[in-house]
Amino acid sequence: MIVLLGVLVVVLGFATRRNPLLVVGVAGIVTGLLGKLSPVEILRTFGESFASSRSVTIFAITLPVIGLLERNGLQQQARTLIGKLGTKLTTGRFLTLYLLLRQLTAAVGLQTIGGPAQSVRPMIAPMAEAAAERRFGHLPAVTGNGGRLPEKVREKVRSHAAGTDTVGLFFGEDCFLAIGSILLITGLVNSTYHTHLEPLHLALWAIPSAVCAFFVHGGRLLRLDRKLERELVTANAEMTVAREDAQRGTQEGEATK
Amino acid sequence: MIKSEWFFWLVGAVFLVMAVQMLFDRTNPKRHGTAAFWGLLGACFFYSTWVNEKSLPAEPLGIAVLVLICIGGFNLTGKGKPETTSEEERAGLAARFGGKLFIPALTIPLVAMVCAVLVAKWKIGGTPILEKGSETILGLGLGAIVALGVGMWVLRERRVSVPLHAGRGLLESMGWALLLPQLLAVLGAIFQAAGVGDQVRKLTESILPDGQKLAAVALYCAGMFVFTVIMGNAFAAFPVMTAAVGWPVLIEQMNGDPAAVLAVGMLAGFCGTLCTPMAANFNIVPAALLELKDQYGPIKAQAPTAVALLGCNIAIIYFFAF
Repeated sequence: MIVLLGVLVVVLGFATRRNPLLVVGVAGIVTGLLGKLSPVEILRTFGESFASSRSVTIFAITLPVIGLLERNGLQQQARTLIGKLGTKLTTGRFLTLYLLLRQLTAAVGLQTIGGPAQSVRPMIAPMAEAAAERRFGHLPAVTGNGGRLPEKVREKVRSHAAGTDTVGLFFGEDCFLAIGSILLITGLVNSTYHTHLEPLHLALWAIPSAVCAFFVHGGRLLRLDRKLERELVTANAEMTVAREDAQRGTQEGEATK
Repeated sequence: MIKSEWFFWLVGAVFLVMAVQMLFDRTNPKRHGTAAFWGLLGACFFYSTWVNEKSLPAEPLGIAVLVLICIGGFNLTGKGKPETTSEEERAGLAARFGGKLFIPALTIPLVAMVCAVLVAKWKIGGTPILEKGSETILGLGLGAIVALGVGMWVLRERRVSVPLHAGRGLLESMGWALLLPQLLAVLGAIFQAAGVGDQVRKLTESILPDGQKLAAVALYCAGMFVFTVIMGNAFAAFPVMTAAVGWPVLIEQMNGDPAAVLAVGMLAGFCGTLCTPMAANFNIVPAALLELKDQYGPIKAQAPTAVALLGCNIAIIYFFAF
């Protein structure tokens, strides 16, 4: 039972945000010693399992071509492409379309063309907001705010823009066979349990979950439009009440004067 | 026959060349540590070949791995400012090349698929062209090489040093994190050698009623979810839960399809990543980038989807993996 303390080292190390490399190194040594391996045996295990799990790190081979494309404007071109999509859509429909695009591009290995810094902040969040402003621009809650969405609604739209990007990435990238998680699974299983798994099979098994993710999250995004409308109507009512209160206040003030 | 070891040598050689570039990059304040890290990693890729063949001892490689852990773990690596194009130049280049920029990127998965499905069956004189069992990995390597050629042709780039420098920039900005998945695989092997799997299996067998498939699947997926929420990293949760439930119970005892169980199990962990502030780079950093008042805004937007998808993943394994 005492070897389970090694698992505890991993959990505590990651949960207290220590450097992950050190956590893995310390956990490996501690677990080995608790499992009554000699120091030499621990070193040998480190070495042998490193040698048989090199396939996990080989996605580095794609970096030169991705780097070349990025310095020639790959991300900028992706932005232009998205920009063309989102001019006449509602917030929910625009984000659903972005979800699909993010899943599809991640599934063919283009994980880096999106992301919070690359696409969400410069493109997706402003366009999602603009769509909501266009649709609800006639409501006093928006006109009274200089044509901008009220703070609470704006936060919600921006949060969903970030969330859509992350969901699309997570449930798209695993359909690509050279992604870290797929290679981790094959590397771990092939070196630990001495069997043979092909990355392609794992990538294919990620497709059903990816489809579920599109329908679940896409469905929620399509309902987002109605939710925003409801919140803005409430904000409207609150504003009207506040204004009436203010008017009554001034009237009362005048009466007592 | 094209061997997978040749491909590992190519990756090692790329690391070594980039390490030399790093060593002479004076814009990097930690250039010696950075060059040492990637250079040693490249050398390990070569040495490993003979460890696999059992013609050289594995212990020196173990020491080298611990040295890599120390260089990365004590923050001795950094990044330089490799010469690259500015934002405006990139916008201009994007306008010039347009959709052509996507062609080389799409070449990688295309070639990899063709290799895994078609070329894997080709033979010359009775021996297969691609080493058996490594078709996908070799396909990826060939895909990356072909894509680089296509990219240089499409973009009219003659110098090989340009993509190498650009790739090194990406390598430096990812830093030691690039090695983490492989080290977690190593940790899984150590867990196995030290008998962690056996212990956890005994524990789970005492909890789980015999032959309860649904309970076992739910335990595996929910375990991935919970451990990921605590650790902030599905990769770290994976060796633990796979040693505990995934391999011994779902695959060995209940004869589940390993590819289905493990691939979908990992995705159950990703559902946890969507819900945890521990995964700062995915959940907290976007909130800061978007200047949100509520730093948990993205998590709140993601959590209902994550919970629903956890259910989907349990159902997918339960219905399709056995």
